[in-house]
Amino acid sequence: MVDFLNALVALTNYILVPAVAYGSQLALGALGITLIYGILRFSNFAHGDTMAFGTMVVILTTWWFQDMGISIAPLPTALLALPIGIIVTLALLLGTDRVVYRFYRKAKAAPIIFVMASLGVMFITNGIVRFIIGPNEQRFADGARFIIKAREFKHMTGLSEGLAIKVSQGITVVTAVIVVVALFWFLNRTRTGKSMRAFSDNEDLALLSGINPERVVTVTWVLVAILATIAGTLYGLDKSYKPFTYFQLLLPMFAAAIVGGLGNPLGAIAGGFVISFSEVGVTYAWKKVLVYLLPEQWAPDSLVQLMSTDYKFAVSFSILVLVLLFRPTGIFKGQSV
Amino acid sequence: MKKFLLATAAMAIVSASAVYAKEVKIGIELGFTGPIESLTPGMAAGAEAAIKEVSASGALLDGAKVTAVRADSTCIDSGAAKAAAERLITSDKVDGIVGADCSGVTGAILQSVARPNGMVMISPSATSPALSTAEDDGLFFRTAPSDARQGQIVADILKDKGVKSIAITYTNNDYGKGLADAIKSSFEAVGGKVTIVAAHEDGKADYSAEVGALASAGGDVLVVAGYVDQGGSGIVRAALDTGAFDTFHFPDGMISDKLTENFGKDIDGSTGDNPGTDSPGAAILKKIGEKEGFDSTSPFVPESYDAAALLMLAMQAANSTNPADYKSKIMEVANAPGIKIFPGELAKALKLLKEGKDIDYVGASAVELIGPGESKGNYREIVIKDGKITTVRYR
Repeated sequence: MVDFLNALVALTNYILVPAVAYGSQLALGALGITLIYGILRFSNFAHGDTMAFGTMVVILTTWWFQDMGISIAPLPTALLALPIGIIVTLALLLGTDRVVYRFYRKAKAAPIIFVMASLGVMFITNGIVRFIIGPNEQRFADGARFIIKAREFKHMTGLSEGLAIKVSQGITVVTAVIVVVALFWFLNRTRTGKSMRAFSDNEDLALLSGINPERVVTVTWVLVAILATIAGTLYGLDKSYKPFTYFQLLLPMFAAAIVGGLGNPLGAIAGGFVISFSEVGVTYAWKKVLVYLLPEQWAPDSLVQLMSTDYKFAVSFSILVLVLLFRPTGIFKGQSV
Repeated sequence: MKKFLLATAAMAIVSASAVYAKEVKIGIELGFTGPIESLTPGMAAGAEAAIKEVSASGALLDGAKVTAVRADSTCIDSGAAKAAAERLITSDKVDGIVGADCSGVTGAILQSVARPNGMVMISPSATSPALSTAEDDGLFFRTAPSDARQGQIVADILKDKGVKSIAITYTNNDYGKGLADAIKSSFEAVGGKVTIVAAHEDGKADYSAEVGALASAGGDVLVVAGYVDQGGSGIVRAALDTGAFDTFHFPDGMISDKLTENFGKDIDGSTGDNPGTDSPGAAILKKIGEKEGFDSTSPFVPESYDAAALLMLAMQAANSTNPADYKSKIMEVANAPGIKIFPGELAKALKLLKEGKDIDYVGASAVELIGPGESKGNYREIVIKDGKITTVRYR
């Protein structure tokens, strides 16, 4: 029985907790990608760097707040800085829409041209971020670090395995739930949300029924700014902030959006968790858990690790390829790519 | 006509001095161009300071004059390095070579120039473990320790601490891989158990997956052969967060104030090591450097001074400038027993040798040659106490 509990705790500590937190971050990112795909009809490659930009503004604001002595301990100050980050990111997104995307929208350009334009926007955003905050790692987490510490947990329960839950992981999950509930309420219950869905389902019919397309576009960018800044800040709080890692997040986020079904918000969330659990599960060394569960003579000598952790990105890439081959519309029937 | 006369006079003086006092030439082959060109001027100046000291004393081989001849090893181009070494031996007719600097060219020169010509070379900075096992006919020495040496030191520290099993993670490059392999083989040689040797990539946001694998393998101590500004700190952070490990060992890449700044008391009781010595030689060389106008605290400058000094002391001990005669004396003058010799005491050392007494050259880098003629190296063992790096002792 104790062995079983130890196995359960080890599983929670090394797989469940990190994968749920990482999955929530991916889901928020994938939601932004899927919204743009559903409503503006292109794959936005600049999304990872939009997150980096939003997080950068949050970091700079956090530092400013810390200087002035404003804090909401034990919660991180960054949460307080989120609104400012969202507003500045929104300004950037609306600016690029005005300067770049609107031109192609008027010209009714093919989706691939949009994608290439977003690639250009990606490089420029990337450059701006590195120019302002630099390519190095930045720390901005403050407040309490742990909800439960591994050592205290061992002490409390008498088990030999510890369980640690970081404040940042708790905040990530809570925030993600709140944001997702609010988003679905907005899309399903409000007039603007409904008009956005109508625009996404059938653009011509939506235009005929008097929906203002520019307004739909603006509201979409507002939602994307909120999602991207929150996702980026949560990721930065939980792990660490470095512009390059946000660029690398693009692959798992796209994989999540496509696995769930591009353009389908519910799918983006499911996809985020599928990707995070596969990445963590496939690269985890199962020896510890198995040693607790199996009878002694069956205990494995090797690490029982399917893949080295270096191949983390290969996991999301393989899932992406498999989904595109066998079910191009994703789990939740989105648009096919 | 005047020029011709001057030239003949000069020739006469040169040949005359050759008759009365022997001239000893030392080749200094370092990468004056290439990737380490910022280090080599200091290294060469260090070697030349030793040569100047001996030459001025007039004590070597009854008043021999010693001169230095520089040659460019380029650090990376083996072809150019071999040609330069060939020139030193055949055209400049040097009696010994200080060099080369980088491990790759050093091995190339040793195999295709030094061995065929029977020339002794002492490298001040080649640290590749491969050179320990290279065929050298007793001609190759180095005043820098092999990278494998640190593995031995780590194993000794952990064994003395009573650690039974370790997990090793290393930064995925030549330095990390070499060090991790050395630690593994040394620790297993002293009877310890290595549960896992896993690489980590630098520059990732999150290392919890890597730590998950390390935790699954288990071990009393996690050895982090990485960089403190890079993934090394990320690994330690994730290991502490998940409670996977709470004692660590930090090799040289991790020892910096940044380490205690990042983790403070959380890593109390962890150990570490980095190159360092409490020998007074370095301080003495610093004074010589200030007088002669070079910076002795720059990397490998003390080792360069010692390399040149060892060459000349061995010649004195053998009473010959023939490499075949003095190559066997290098280990003798470098190691105990004997009277300890520090920088600036070369004249005294030469006199003692002439009187047939034994010396133990300590020099600027506390040289002691072991195994196939390479420096034992000096390491500082540290422990983290109350969130601070404290020196335990020197090994």
